[in-house]
Amino acid sequence: MAFSMRWKKCQKIKKLFIDMLKPPVSEKDHAQGAKNAPIVLVEYGDYQCPHCGHAYPILKKIQKQLGDDLKFVFRNFPIEESHPNAVQAAVASEAAALQNKYWQMHDALFEHQYDLSAEGILSLVLNLKLDVKQFASDIQKEELFQKVEDDFESGVRSGVNGTPGFFINGRQYYDNWEYDYFLNYLRGLLQLK
Amino acid sequence: MLPLNIKAPEFSLYATPDQKVKLSELKGKKVILAFYPADWSVVCSDQMSLYNATLKLFHKYKAELIGISVDSKWCHMAFGQERKLHFTLLADFHPKGAVAKLYDVYDEEEGECRRALYVLDEEGIIRWNYLSPVGINPGADGILDALEEMSKNKKAVY
Repeated sequence: MAFSMRWKKCQKIKKLFIDMLKPPVSEKDHAQGAKNAPIVLVEYGDYQCPHCGHAYPILKKIQKQLGDDLKFVFRNFPIEESHPNAVQAAVASEAAALQNKYWQMHDALFEHQYDLSAEGILSLVLNLKLDVKQFASDIQKEELFQKVEDDFESGVRSGVNGTPGFFINGRQYYDNWEYDYFLNYLRGLLQLK
Repeated sequence: MLPLNIKAPEFSLYATPDQKVKLSELKGKKVILAFYPADWSVVCSDQMSLYNATLKLFHKYKAELIGISVDSKWCHMAFGQERKLHFTLLADFHPKGAVAKLYDVYDEEEGECRRALYVLDEEGIIRWNYLSPVGINPGADGILDALEEMSKNKKAVY
């Protein structure tokens, strides 16, 4: 084998070992599905990214299909300069979590992706019947902003290079995530278990 | 690619229409040289947008990021403004790809830089390099691992 080929192969192998999720999924994460599900899918996403918006209903359908076999975790990866409202949307989701409505807000943000301005987010807060006063004070908390920043940093350190970035059982998934293909792939993993 | 532990070759390229940047002017800082094929690639997975968002992490390690492609200084200016990039883009435009050739990352067939990364220490010595497969955004994890390793080693020495 020529040197360049060997080198490329080596890089590929290295990538397999290096692209591990850092830090691993923990209690600090927002998770849906069975606690000890055989498949843990982590998405690094940006509420204003159109590709994440495209992935949103696909993931919903996959969750429904796989039921207790899948645990789904979402971590924030806002790319602020491309998506000026992405950070505030992420902070809004964390503020909703303080009122035990993280996933309702997560869903509402993606379903309302066309308007994530402050006014747009306020309408979601009202729709979800959150305590508005509490929400308004929570979104100014530095620790929520820090949580979003920490998520972003963990994504970068784990090898996320754009959104959505997926990890399956701690390993980065680079392949196709359109519904049929992705569902088949995950079902294949279940059969291996 | 150039090997590790040698002095990075000196160059001087336009950063703005009327200002040139010399590599040696950056002595005292860690420098990340990100060679990339072209301005204006796809948005969401775009390497430069990702690096823009990662700047604060690079700065933690006192590292300066520099993007280099064969696009002209005017093209870089428009691209940087449109994408709100907060780091320097250098135009390896005339003679075309001369610096990329110097760093052994020029793609003769396409007439563009390859997607290649170099991390230099404060003395301008190459400490890390990575050539990404064509069409794959290499992310920033390798750069951050290298910067972390460099600051660890430094502590060990002093």
